[in-house]
Amino acid sequence: MTEQTAEPKRFATLLKQRAPELLECANKNNLEAAVQILIELQHARTPQLSSESDVMENLREKAQLLHDNICNGQFESALVNLQEMQNVRDKGLYQEIGRLTRALHSAITNFAIDSQLEDEASELTEASDRLAYVSELTERAANRTLDLVEDSLPLVKAIQLEANVLKREWQRMVQREMTAAEFRTLYWRLDEYFQKLAADSAVLSGNMTQILLAQDFQDLTGQVIHKVTGLVKEVESSLVELVFMASQVEAITGIIAHGNDAQRDATPDETLGHGPAINTGQADVVANQDDVDDLLSSLGF
Amino acid sequence: MKILVVDDFATMRRIVKNLLRDLGFTNTHEADDGATAWPMLQNGTFDFVITDWNMPGMTGMELLKKIRADEKLKTIPVLLVTAEAKRDQIIAAAQAGVNGYVVKPFTASALKEKIAKIFERVG
Repeated sequence: MTEQTAEPKRFATLLKQRAPELLECANKNNLEAAVQILIELQHARTPQLSSESDVMENLREKAQLLHDNICNGQFESALVNLQEMQNVRDKGLYQEIGRLTRALHSAITNFAIDSQLEDEASELTEASDRLAYVSELTERAANRTLDLVEDSLPLVKAIQLEANVLKREWQRMVQREMTAAEFRTLYWRLDEYFQKLAADSAVLSGNMTQILLAQDFQDLTGQVIHKVTGLVKEVESSLVELVFMASQVEAITGIIAHGNDAQRDATPDETLGHGPAINTGQADVVANQDDVDDLLSSLGF
Repeated sequence: MKILVVDDFATMRRIVKNLLRDLGFTNTHEADDGATAWPMLQNGTFDFVITDWNMPGMTGMELLKKIRADEKLKTIPVLLVTAEAKRDQIIAAAQAGVNGYVVKPFTASALKEKIAKIFERVG
């Protein structure tokens, strides 16, 4: 601890020294470092107070001195005591702000919105990847379905048109309004129609199965959306904690606030299963059915 | 051939049922999770079970283990059709006695091939 007289000088030196660094930290949004510098500076300003836990003890001590001085009629000393108490209060305030800033910072980190981390995809980034996967799957399914329907419609239309023509011709034949030459034409036209009908209905049936299969996205997207909804709920509860923390700012003027750092652990519930693999590039995830078959055959299947 | 299709998504059950019909299996029944499937298996005379893994209530894995532990049902072939694609899970399913494993999203031919293979092996 420095002497009371040397104190302002030391503070001034340190302030000059640290101010550019503080500014730089603030510009770079490096709150943690900025707070550390602020604490250091505040410490240099009021070195007689060492830590937060001493605040109450200090106040009590000074209040006793103040009381004694007033009783003894030493008003000048009493005023000095009051100033000292104010200093104690200020220091507590700064410490509390520092603590809240750190808590805020860690809460934000826990939100995992720091997209600068390249090696570890944050939960929110993963959630947007998952939602992108949903939109990709649904889009693909919709396009596939539409393509197949568009392929099928002309076939159905052609079958229908030809059926109508043939029905009229057939009617004419039944009513014996047809010449022998016309009948021969109808004969071969019918033959052609039956062949086309057999081929086209096979194509249509195949298309129907493909359309049916294109609906399988709903199973996968349902699971993914369920997971993202869970994350949204988690984020919501983190937000509630942040709001709670913000409400504590009011309490700090009384230096009675206690730390309530948002400690969130994001351990996934293994019993619920992992859901569809979004990133099949991971080592522990198989990429496709061939990988599954290889793995199973390696196990003797 | 009486087949039980277990999946919590109705669309998925429809897809599997339609594929089975395409293969000539028309006697198919549905359950939306393992808990619903279990009494059906005990009361019915099913020859084959196709199940999803990730379902509320009882999962496909639990259902598989339950089937293998049951004196009457333990020889029923079980095919897992699931989005679960972790290696550990596939190994766990194999160890639990699954007869086939199809990962979603799957193709019609993949499912047909697995089903054919199982019937070929079971006879």
